[in-house]
Amino acid sequence: MKPFTYERARTPAEAAAAALRHPGAKFIAGGTNLLDLMKLQIEAPAHLVDVNGLALDRIEATPEGGLRIGALVRNTALAADERVRRDYGVLARALLAGASAQLRNKATTAGNLLQRTRCPYFYDTNQPCNKRQPGSGCSALGGITRQHAVLGASQACIATHPSDMAVAMRSLDAVVDTVKPDGQKRVIPIADFHRLPGDTPHIETALEPGELITSVSLPKPLGGTHIYRKVRDRASYAFALVSVAAVVQRDGSGRVALGGVAHKPWRDDSADAALPQGAKAAAARLLAGARTTEDNAFKLPLVERTLVAVLAQARS
Amino acid sequence: MNSHNPLTVSRRGILIAGAATAAATSLSKDAMAANEPPSANAGTVPTAGVTLEVNGKPHTLTLDTRTTLLDALREHLHLTGTKKGCDHGQCGACTVLVDGVRINSCLTLAVMHPGAKVTTIEGLGTPRKLHPLQAAFVKHDGYQCGYCTPGQICSAVGMLDELRRGIPSHVSADLNTRPLLSPDELRERMSGNLCRCGAYSNIVEAITEVAGGATA
Repeated sequence: MKPFTYERARTPAEAAAAALRHPGAKFIAGGTNLLDLMKLQIEAPAHLVDVNGLALDRIEATPEGGLRIGALVRNTALAADERVRRDYGVLARALLAGASAQLRNKATTAGNLLQRTRCPYFYDTNQPCNKRQPGSGCSALGGITRQHAVLGASQACIATHPSDMAVAMRSLDAVVDTVKPDGQKRVIPIADFHRLPGDTPHIETALEPGELITSVSLPKPLGGTHIYRKVRDRASYAFALVSVAAVVQRDGSGRVALGGVAHKPWRDDSADAALPQGAKAAAARLLAGARTTEDNAFKLPLVERTLVAVLAQARS
Repeated sequence: MNSHNPLTVSRRGILIAGAATAAATSLSKDAMAANEPPSANAGTVPTAGVTLEVNGKPHTLTLDTRTTLLDALREHLHLTGTKKGCDHGQCGACTVLVDGVRINSCLTLAVMHPGAKVTTIEGLGTPRKLHPLQAAFVKHDGYQCGYCTPGQICSAVGMLDELRRGIPSHVSADLNTRPLLSPDELRERMSGNLCRCGAYSNIVEAITEVAGGATA
């Protein structure tokens, strides 16, 4: 790790201001991804602003009948919350499918959204990577690409977003609540929160410098059957090759989002509309425009089959 | 045979001494002549103070801010029961309990835990009075090399508490009923602790025995 100075912030506004005051500063909450990357010097902040004291660790009902999840709510606490288990099962399931119990005990809601790709070329500091070192090139293109994106990728980057939680939040139309260093608050729909790589894969979210996530809000419960199905190389404690978050109603209508296939959770309105026609129709729309490599072409039939399994489970 | 030879020098010591000599000779004459303490910006690293309660004993430490909780325990408090495996949160060997909750001590900074109550394997039991899980691991031979064992046991303590608190897991069939400890539940809940010797079946037996006793 590179040396860094450290401070504990007491309010969200103070944290955002501190981040802006120190160029190259990072917020630290759970630290489970940031410290991993700092040890490898992929991240090398000169200053850390510890936000654990901000009292953003509560889950509260909203006036609209939804839930406001504090940025610092740990993944374990969120998955175990009675309201989340009852009304947002897809979210509880996605959280429980991610990482290990030890990591979920520390990892936070905001940090989960901000975790960085697990592309092995991003992690290998001996290799060019446009995300790690803008303009250096993409080693994954032409490399081993079994884990990589099949949707929304660019010539600069074919990395995937590793979060399970974010995929469930995308299916639920969550919104991300933030505060900027000047104290101004902002609400970012989850659909707009993560960016596609384009020419700037190092810019991963819509957050501005110093902007701090304070909570994630869920709309009122959708009802229906909630399913999160994750396909991975091990039975536990592995990132998704493909995952499906689904909320399916009795009449067959519903909504689906995919994980493991793109730089952000993937959802398509026309696929949701096609859901009553079955998995094949919905998968065709979700995967429209997919571009594969020899290594990751398996993801297309895997998405369709996972969707078949999800819809069968919803009917049973 | 047991007396220490005062002239014994380790290979590591020679290497460090050699490096120091090389560094000293590469300093410029001016720098040598100045003979002043290094300024805050050059040659020093940022530090911060933190007080931790480890196994019931308070410790106040001034640490390089980069010090992980794991390194604070091992290198500063000399509690070497907690092991460094991967140092990246992938193996679980460094698992300790912080305020009763199991975490990877390698992926958190010591300075982030002012006032925290940390329990390591040394705080769970003693050689004369083993913690029930320690005794069960011995009885069921829940290890071969033993390197992952402190993490496995701390993790199991935290896991059984999570179960008591009704926290669901990936394999819980119904999110809205209280989870019970089945072999599937145990394996899933312990999946953050790897054992390269593959003593898993005996680890499952050891934990199951203690869990059965605790819930009976």
